[in-house]
Amino acid sequence: MSYEEGLFYLVAVVTGLGGLGVVLARNVVYAALFLIVALLGVAGLFLLLSAEFLALVQVLIYGAAVTILMLFVIMLTRVRDVPTTPVAPQQSLGLAVAASLFGLLATAILITDWGALGATEEMTLVPVRELGKVLFQRWSVPFEVASLVLLVALVGAIVLARPEEEE
Amino acid sequence: MIPIQHFLLLGALLFSLGVYGVLSRRNVVLILMAVELMLQGVNINLVAFAVYLSPQEFRGLIFALFVITVAAAEVGLALAIALRLFRNRATANVDEVDTLRW
Repeated sequence: MSYEEGLFYLVAVVTGLGGLGVVLARNVVYAALFLIVALLGVAGLFLLLSAEFLALVQVLIYGAAVTILMLFVIMLTRVRDVPTTPVAPQQSLGLAVAASLFGLLATAILITDWGALGATEEMTLVPVRELGKVLFQRWSVPFEVASLVLLVALVGAIVLARPEEEE
Repeated sequence: MIPIQHFLLLGALLFSLGVYGVLSRRNVVLILMAVELMLQGVNINLVAFAVYLSPQEFRGLIFALFVITVAAAEVGLALAIALRLFRNRATANVDEVDTLRW
């Protein structure tokens, strides 16, 4: 097993355990902390896929901003005081659905001949300069729309979360 | 070189864990976290496809970037709604919010 493969399995196990922790943790705060582990693991996978820019974005936006926002809301809503034990029938049904979905996806992934679809064996480094050029030229309209979406969403979030004004 | 299947399997695993979380949890914030997990699985798939199947174009990477952007907007809005829900109904459990239920 090469150095790269060993690193991949390490990061994959960390990510999987983080994800498992998110869905199984009894305490909401622990679930949020497990989510940070899973998100940083995914950033590591992006690095292994040689997409450094995405790894950076992942750490900055997900690892920092999103999880801190979640911890803030957990703090403000005191949801941690509410017992989070799942209902039994719901839990087993959810497990059945998720397991069958994973089985379906895994068979589809394993029986597909990826070589015939043109999967490369050589990993080429993603050039950040080229990525930026493509993003700002070919994909500039979606980029602007995305910025508009962010603006609208944040204004909406402020309006929703603002305390009620006294009459 | 790690085969592409390994990345795809991990993405499928994260997505299935997210599905399980969405179906079995009742707390709004925990459901949101499970949705984030599903998005991460999708992102791994997109980036793996971009790197392995079309290294000259960056479609998958651009898609992953947009997924992250929209997910950030979604988290902001959803958490504001959760806050408002807690303020109005004093609950964070989705099955206690059943005013529209027939």
